[in-house]
Amino acid sequence: MTKSKSAYSVAGKKEKLDTHIIVVWVDNEAGVLARVVGLFSGRGYNIESLAVAEIDSKLNISRITIVTTGTPQVIDQIKLQLKKLVPVHKVADFKREDKQVIFKEMALFKFVGNNNKRGKALNACKKYNAVILDKTKKSCVIQITALRREIDKMSKNLKKFGLISVSRTGAVAMTRGAETFK
Amino acid sequence: MPKLLSGAEIVFKCLEDQNVEYIFGYPGGAVLPIYDELKNHSSIKHILVRHEQGAGHAAEGYARSSGKPGVVLVTSGPGATNVVTALTDAYMDSVPLVCISGQVPTHLIGTDAFQECDTTGITRPCTKHNWLVKDIKDLSKIIHKAFEVATTGRPGPVLVDIPKDIQFQKTDYPKFKKKNKLNGKVHNHFSQKEIDELVKLMSKSKKPIFYTGGGVINSGPKASELLRELVAATGFPITSTLQGLGCFPGDDNNFLGMLGMHGTYEANNAMHDCDLMINIGARFDDRITGKIDEFSPKSKKVHIDIDPSSINKNVKVDLPIVGDVQSVISSIIKTIKKTKPNFVKSNKQQISKWWEQIGKWREKKSLDYINSNETIKPQYAVQRLYELTKNKDTFITTEVGQHQMWAAQHYKFDKPNRWMTSGGLGTMGYGLPAAVGVQIAHPKKLVVDIAGEASVLMTIQEMSTAVQYNLPIKIFILNNEYMGMVRQWQELLHEKNYSESYTAALPDFVKLAEAYGCIGIRAKTPDELDDKIIEMINTDRPVIFDCLVDKQENCFPMIPSGKPHNQMLLGPKDQEQNKITGKGKTLV
Repeated sequence: MTKSKSAYSVAGKKEKLDTHIIVVWVDNEAGVLARVVGLFSGRGYNIESLAVAEIDSKLNISRITIVTTGTPQVIDQIKLQLKKLVPVHKVADFKREDKQVIFKEMALFKFVGNNNKRGKALNACKKYNAVILDKTKKSCVIQITALRREIDKMSKNLKKFGLISVSRTGAVAMTRGAETFK
Repeated sequence: MPKLLSGAEIVFKCLEDQNVEYIFGYPGGAVLPIYDELKNHSSIKHILVRHEQGAGHAAEGYARSSGKPGVVLVTSGPGATNVVTALTDAYMDSVPLVCISGQVPTHLIGTDAFQECDTTGITRPCTKHNWLVKDIKDLSKIIHKAFEVATTGRPGPVLVDIPKDIQFQKTDYPKFKKKNKLNGKVHNHFSQKEIDELVKLMSKSKKPIFYTGGGVINSGPKASELLRELVAATGFPITSTLQGLGCFPGDDNNFLGMLGMHGTYEANNAMHDCDLMINIGARFDDRITGKIDEFSPKSKKVHIDIDPSSINKNVKVDLPIVGDVQSVISSIIKTIKKTKPNFVKSNKQQISKWWEQIGKWREKKSLDYINSNETIKPQYAVQRLYELTKNKDTFITTEVGQHQMWAAQHYKFDKPNRWMTSGGLGTMGYGLPAAVGVQIAHPKKLVVDIAGEASVLMTIQEMSTAVQYNLPIKIFILNNEYMGMVRQWQELLHEKNYSESYTAALPDFVKLAEAYGCIGIRAKTPDELDDKIIEMINTDRPVIFDCLVDKQENCFPMIPSGKPHNQMLLGPKDQEQNKITGKGKTLV
């Protein structure tokens, strides 16, 4: 396609993308998740994963954890735009590489196959805090908690051991040590 | 036991406590209880529009010309969807609106009931916040909160959706205490250190410029006064965005005119070449910056804004100052007075070369056009309108397109809140209903909507509103039978393929005026223009003025899209003098 002279605007230089984990404390009220998610979709920000649940039923506070990628400028915008929302109390931002922060995702794996295969599957899961949640003669459900890329890898590698179904959460995050985010 | 009030009564109680005088609205099934209650509240006058979009824009015109929030009342379903354009417009241009919409009764929500729509869902991205009232006990709290959110921080629209059964239910209304404390979303915590840093940059700068925007106007009339003081105290040149016009006198020697896509040559070149840019209440919009990578490459940039998310959104700045324009400017002036009492004198020498350069740019006279004796040039029409109305305290609204840019270029404002135009969203059809709202707020003042014939047809039905309430608004149509700005882009950028930009059947605007019960005036030649404008001004009724202008005229100067500030395209006069060749031509 030839470049039209009638450009509306010309895109600037592309910057490097970073992965960040954004944690948002919000009032647990109707539509609040739609506000947060709508902000992301409306402004063209990216959501890799999302986890949300009420954390304080007395104060009615929910905690939303969003994994996103963007240029430093976009990440700044995400935080500032989130802070403008009326039901948002505070916003925290962690880089994925940050050693001071724990990130975890949970996954449920269902395996169908013979004893031998299931044994191998369980063995492979062991280093990720594997818990057997259900067991029948030909199947089992195993829960693991790990990092996103570890679960990615597992769900690929375990196919050969009869993995037929995967269910996983978005990442949740918490800082190490005694401090909490203010 | 306290007296129990219905939801509808509580709505009015809240409006009374918020000192609301006017609401712009349109009745319907889901707001009938509220309309029923209207008669009991004589301090609140309802302005019946002809379309809910008109209600929204009228409320915007009211808000922007008065500094008070505009209030809109619409019914569920189509009533709410029709107001969406106006809400989005208000969101983009930071206009405080409170929209109250009716909703189907709570037990019908989600059943695809008659005139049901997901109003809070639809308006979520075009309001600062919105609420669906599910419990009568929350109603008064929510409405007061709605006013607070709309008017504090960076102002904007909010919506409160009230199901019909809630309007009937009863509860008590607690006494309203206006909070002096600002809500948690307002940021006005700049530090003296930042101000000192700015003053230091100012005293070092050899090529400074103030770039001011609508934030100055939103900060209140005092901010405009302080801005004048600041410019006088520094001797710096100043340019303004479309929305900022009026916060600094348009005929002052320090004023370089509007900047941006259709801004002046001197303003845009000064922005490009400056070494210190002080942005006060503007937001580096793409129509202002042009090509972002080449935007003002050599300058230190300072950004004063009340909205933290405006900082570094489009352009990275060196010194952000988050705060209300009025308090920030006031701090700057105080600091200058204290630390550099002779700033303007001692600085004069340092920026004299800069002013010389600006003088050279000014000599280009980039707003000039080739006038004609036979046809009315649109620029000439705006200039004559300006000359003949400048001694009155005139309020100007516009639609969107060429006429809007000509109005911005040739009408000079010297006070804030006199210029109402749809800048962010660019809503054709904004000006006429906005003029209705302005005239409501300023009954004795001259209110002119500088319009295009295509735009004005989008909301022409509001003439009927103007007639009903004896609002003597003047609709000054620059009629070139084209969607002029579309035609201009097609001429310059799409090989003159005038695809669908000509309106082959237009109404006779003089007869249309008569049909609405107002006055129609037509001007065809430059000779008769002045007399006709005077006739319009002297008519104490709504007027539609059909000004037949040159159909081919283009709006210059222009930064072709995707180009930086220093690659402007000048008008035909300049093109004649320096035949644009080679590289220049490809810019178009």
